[in-house]
Amino acid sequence: MSDFETVAASENQAARRGPSGEPGTPNQVGAPHKPRSLAGDAWRDLRRNPIFWISLALVVTFTLMALFPGVFTANNPNDCVLSRQHAGPSGGAIFGYDFQGCDTFSRAVYGTRASLVVGALAALGTGIIALVVGMLAGYFGHWVDAVLSRVIDVVLGIPLLLAAIVLLKRVSSDNQWARIGAVVFVLALLGWTTAARVVRSSVITAKEQDYVAAARMLGAGNGRIMWRHILPNSLAPAIVVLTIALGSFIAAEATLSFLGIGLKAPTISWGQDIDTGRIHMREAATPLIVPSAFLALTVLAFIMLGDAIRDAFDPKLR
Amino acid sequence: MFRYILRRLLQMVLAFFGTTLIVYALTFAGQGDPIQALAGERPVTPAQRAYLTEKYHLDATGVGGFFYRYFDYVKNLLQGNLGESLTGRNIGDILQQAWPVTVQLALIALAVAIIFGVSAGVIAGIRRASIFDNSTLVLTLLVLGIPTIVLAPLAQYFLGVKWQLFPPTAGSDPTFYALLLPGIVLGSLSLATALRLTRASVAENLRADYVRTARSKGLVKRRIVVVHVLRNSLIPVVTFLGVELGNLMSGAIITEGVFNIPGVGFNLFRGIRTEDGPLVVGIVSVLVVVYLVSNLVVDVLYAVLDPRIRYE
Repeated sequence: MSDFETVAASENQAARRGPSGEPGTPNQVGAPHKPRSLAGDAWRDLRRNPIFWISLALVVTFTLMALFPGVFTANNPNDCVLSRQHAGPSGGAIFGYDFQGCDTFSRAVYGTRASLVVGALAALGTGIIALVVGMLAGYFGHWVDAVLSRVIDVVLGIPLLLAAIVLLKRVSSDNQWARIGAVVFVLALLGWTTAARVVRSSVITAKEQDYVAAARMLGAGNGRIMWRHILPNSLAPAIVVLTIALGSFIAAEATLSFLGIGLKAPTISWGQDIDTGRIHMREAATPLIVPSAFLALTVLAFIMLGDAIRDAFDPKLR
Repeated sequence: MFRYILRRLLQMVLAFFGTTLIVYALTFAGQGDPIQALAGERPVTPAQRAYLTEKYHLDATGVGGFFYRYFDYVKNLLQGNLGESLTGRNIGDILQQAWPVTVQLALIALAVAIIFGVSAGVIAGIRRASIFDNSTLVLTLLVLGIPTIVLAPLAQYFLGVKWQLFPPTAGSDPTFYALLLPGIVLGSLSLATALRLTRASVAENLRADYVRTARSKGLVKRRIVVVHVLRNSLIPVVTFLGVELGNLMSGAIITEGVFNIPGVGFNLFRGIRTEDGPLVVGIVSVLVVVYLVSNLVVDVLYAVLDPRIRYE
């Protein structure tokens, strides 16, 4: 889960330490009419990158699946009849039935929604915390930066899975929205640090720019400078990091559900289905393989998309 | 150097109290009934309630009472007295039996990561943008992107159950062979990260001035890579692997649970499943300490290895 962030952070750091003194992360999306701006270059790179197109296609597919699951399968995922336990493919159920006699494929399709909702909300929450903390630390510097950076260090030092176990064990409610809320809250609370560091460093770069000095000379206050001038220019790298984080959050949610402390029964989630499928793998393997494939593809799609965009925007890595 | 280690130790003491306080507060204190929180969803008999009230000094109330109980818990933790699980077994005994297995598994995983990850990373770093480099990058991305809860059961199914290359589960007294497949699964994430780190670090160092100097002195490429580049490139990798050893010991919950390996993670896995509150808290507390200590050791190691970084 966090390993990908370790890599991303180290590669960013390696890039930042480079000889030319450039920031490792992009901090501006150039004017659209300029033909060779950074964004233009990045787009030219991305267009020729097959990984980008594959992952984008997967992300779009899974998003559609979360929005309109009925388009992808005609069967009801909760229509389970024990008499067809582990029955082979038939009718609409192209991958057969699972231990409870539910349509395996249909459950995987309907499971997309919970995963994407948790991932997206956790990424949103992470983004808000990271923007606020990173902006304050980067913009005000001095003791504000010192205090906030230490807070980041401490939160970064907390092992995610262990902390999530302790936090989620407190939530006893079985209401499905309460559980989704709890998982989102825990993931956002523990996962914002990498993004906050990225925002902080791009804010530090952005606040030295001429346009900030110009705005200040025109009499703009701190709030206006932060909101109107620095924020739009430091948003791009944060969005890239958050795309990757979204993938890790989906994986984390599935892991917690797998352990039995994440999402619970009325909500259909891949983590739970993988766990049930794992227990009965000797009788039938498809109930294990299908949700596993869905989960792996979704996580991979987001991580590869973020990775491709990051590489394209990062001149040092070319 | 000495002052750095001292400061780092003090930081760790702070972090220790901070994290144990959080673990403690979240599990036992706060709103609701602490005894019920401890027991999870199981019913508590009046006799058990009276026993637990007495045992955890729950009759003392307010903030003072909270800290009284917290220091009780820390004192017990430091003395290695972790209490008993709901099934009545001593948690210290459970951990004592489980550690050797977990350490063995973590070492196998680490060896896999070092042998394959670092060497492939060096080759990929030297031959940047070659076919080898690009294919390893895609492969590592795949490994990093596939969660353990997918990798472990699928490896168990295909390699263990279907093709029967490895024993599918380890059982109570696992042999090296039985631990090999779980070790590879557990190590694959570290392998991918180590590979990418080594690659980035080697590629960066190859552009450094001292490499140009060495080359213009007429040194052969092999010597430049082995003696000059490798020594500087492996610093971040060693740090990462050190942190990873701590992670591997605490992060094997899924792998140990899936492969039925009687280690620490397996006991935590079972504790969560059976709603065994004291067992979960005991193990998590110990794992947090392991994590903090391994981070400390790595930070000190880093200071020793890399004299370029000043720590004052």
